[in-house]
Amino acid sequence: MEPFVTLTASAVAFDLPNIDTDRIVPARFLHHPRAVGFGQFLFHDLRFDADGREIPGFVLNQAHGRAARILVAADNFACGSSREAAVWALAGFGIRAVIAPSFGDIFFENSFKNGLLTIRLPAADAARLRAAVAAHPGAPVSVDLPAQTVHGPDGAAFRFEIDGFKKECLLSGQDEIGLTLARADDIAAFEARRRAETPWL
Amino acid sequence: MTTDTPRTLIDKIWQAHVVAEGAGGRALLYIDRHLLHDGSFQAFDQLHETGRAVRRPDLCFATPDHYVPTRPAGAAPIEARLADKIDALAQNTRTHRIRHVGIADARQGIVHVVGPEQGFTLPGVTLVCGDSHTSTHGALGALAFGIGASEVAHVLATQTLWQRRPAQMRITVDGRLGAGITAKDLILAIIAKIGSAGGVGHAIEYAGTAVRALDMEGRLTLCNMSIEAGARCGIVAPDDTTFDYLHGRALAPAGAAWDAALAHWRTLPTDAGARFDREVRLDGAAVEPMVTWGTSPQDAAPIGAVVPDPDAAPDATAKAGMAQALAYTGLRPGTPLSTVKVDRVFIGSCTNSRLSDLRAAAAVVRGRRALVPAFVAPGSGLVKAAAEAEGLDQVFLAAGFEWRASGCSMCVGMNGDLGLPGERVASTSNRNFEGRQGKGVRTHLMSPAMAAAAAVTGKFTDFRTLA
Repeated sequence: MEPFVTLTASAVAFDLPNIDTDRIVPARFLHHPRAVGFGQFLFHDLRFDADGREIPGFVLNQAHGRAARILVAADNFACGSSREAAVWALAGFGIRAVIAPSFGDIFFENSFKNGLLTIRLPAADAARLRAAVAAHPGAPVSVDLPAQTVHGPDGAAFRFEIDGFKKECLLSGQDEIGLTLARADDIAAFEARRRAETPWL
Repeated sequence: MTTDTPRTLIDKIWQAHVVAEGAGGRALLYIDRHLLHDGSFQAFDQLHETGRAVRRPDLCFATPDHYVPTRPAGAAPIEARLADKIDALAQNTRTHRIRHVGIADARQGIVHVVGPEQGFTLPGVTLVCGDSHTSTHGALGALAFGIGASEVAHVLATQTLWQRRPAQMRITVDGRLGAGITAKDLILAIIAKIGSAGGVGHAIEYAGTAVRALDMEGRLTLCNMSIEAGARCGIVAPDDTTFDYLHGRALAPAGAAWDAALAHWRTLPTDAGARFDREVRLDGAAVEPMVTWGTSPQDAAPIGAVVPDPDAAPDATAKAGMAQALAYTGLRPGTPLSTVKVDRVFIGSCTNSRLSDLRAAAAVVRGRRALVPAFVAPGSGLVKAAAEAEGLDQVFLAAGFEWRASGCSMCVGMNGDLGLPGERVASTSNRNFEGRQGKGVRTHLMSPAMAAAAAVTGKFTDFRTLA
């Protein structure tokens, strides 16, 4: 997994709440193996018309949108289906951080396993950042994971909280399964106790 | 914490499954039950890329559902895109010696229907699946939640997951649901009240007399849509309804093991005085038949209501969301919901495809004709057989419905069962998201009786007026 430390890049803002993972990557593309590259499917039905042509008004089809590495969203971003392809689509397009007041819980967990940093900011701060990003298309936004800060294009700074475990995994890019397999003795001990206490399982 | 501190049902299950404590308040949780389906292929790919083995194949159960066509067997060959996924599950489960109920097996069906039906889901267990509607299994008193492909691979390799303990919300529904009012109406009313982000970061325990009075299939519907309120997990305390449902099922414990399990299960319900992070109350008697008007499950209203006005939204973000939803669904503010015409009806999905759902729909359909294309996809082969044994298939067929095979069908939009662009679909499924049932398709969520009423009248109709 690609580590995440700091990032200064172009951002885009999405004002709609409750953007679900079906909109991020429609179900009809999920049969592909991950190796196909899911970036091409990101927001497919918002990005492309029925003939597969780009819809010029959609922000990701504009110059600053193509260059965007940061997405600032509204409440409950990526709610719904557990499809990890929603994360692969964002990452495949080049998005490395998503900032929103709240996220779908499953997406939030999926994101950091793929090096995508998801940042929760209070609703008013996220709204201010969205407005600043919209007002300064292409202007850089900075994310500093060690310092846990975001700097908007208007100079406003926001501090964010993050689970220490996630922060470590993102900074080091380490594989969580490898980390857990190192606990094999703990797991075996638990299984022995479980066999004794709840033998019907 | 001393053992005298009152604990919730979720506390008890959580604490019994902690293998190790980790950094940042995370715990390594043991996973008792792992459900797999034909959409799980990416997790197997991930496992194979790293050369890792499945730690406990005996704790896994697999059946194909997402990519399974529901057209009658032999009607046409299964297209390669779908067959590949069904075959991959068969191959992966064979390689790793995982229990597999395949496409030709009479027990095949939607994983969230089959798990409880087979007694694989039990009270007090931790249960996961790479599907957000895994919350369904909380109906039996299991701590059950959906996970992504990386977490599926993690569970396959380690039988554990790193989790942060969720905040806990108790939703208490007292009073009695009115005649014919179902768990589907109740959960839509709950989501309309707390919002589709209302449960984010929380596990929900459903309590109160109206919840206790639900049969197991109603509880499965209720817990199923917890994720549509933002909660990964919803749960109902196990009781005699649960135990009666489970006793004698194929994979449930039997004999002395049943007695030991039962004694344990009876200790699980939340202790008096246990604290929740949030408490929500609803009056069960006030719940009406519900339909959705927008593109989020929170956009639900009683059938007697009108389409709401975005100008009445509490803030600019909510207003933008409502305006976008109405632009997509093509509905005008102030329109009575009971005048909205439908183009198609779907009865099925892990929310509403069990025998009681099909009975409720058949009761409305009996002796009437569907005015629009309509079909029923039973939740499993066993549900289908049971429905046919009591003649429900004939009721639907006589009314012009199609009677399909079991699978996720038109809920998930990836197996060929789709609406056409611009069509308005009355659906018993769980998500009215843009494009969920096909590009440009407008989905309206409702109960099986309401969907049946829409089929035979061609519009949203309070099924009680057809009695």
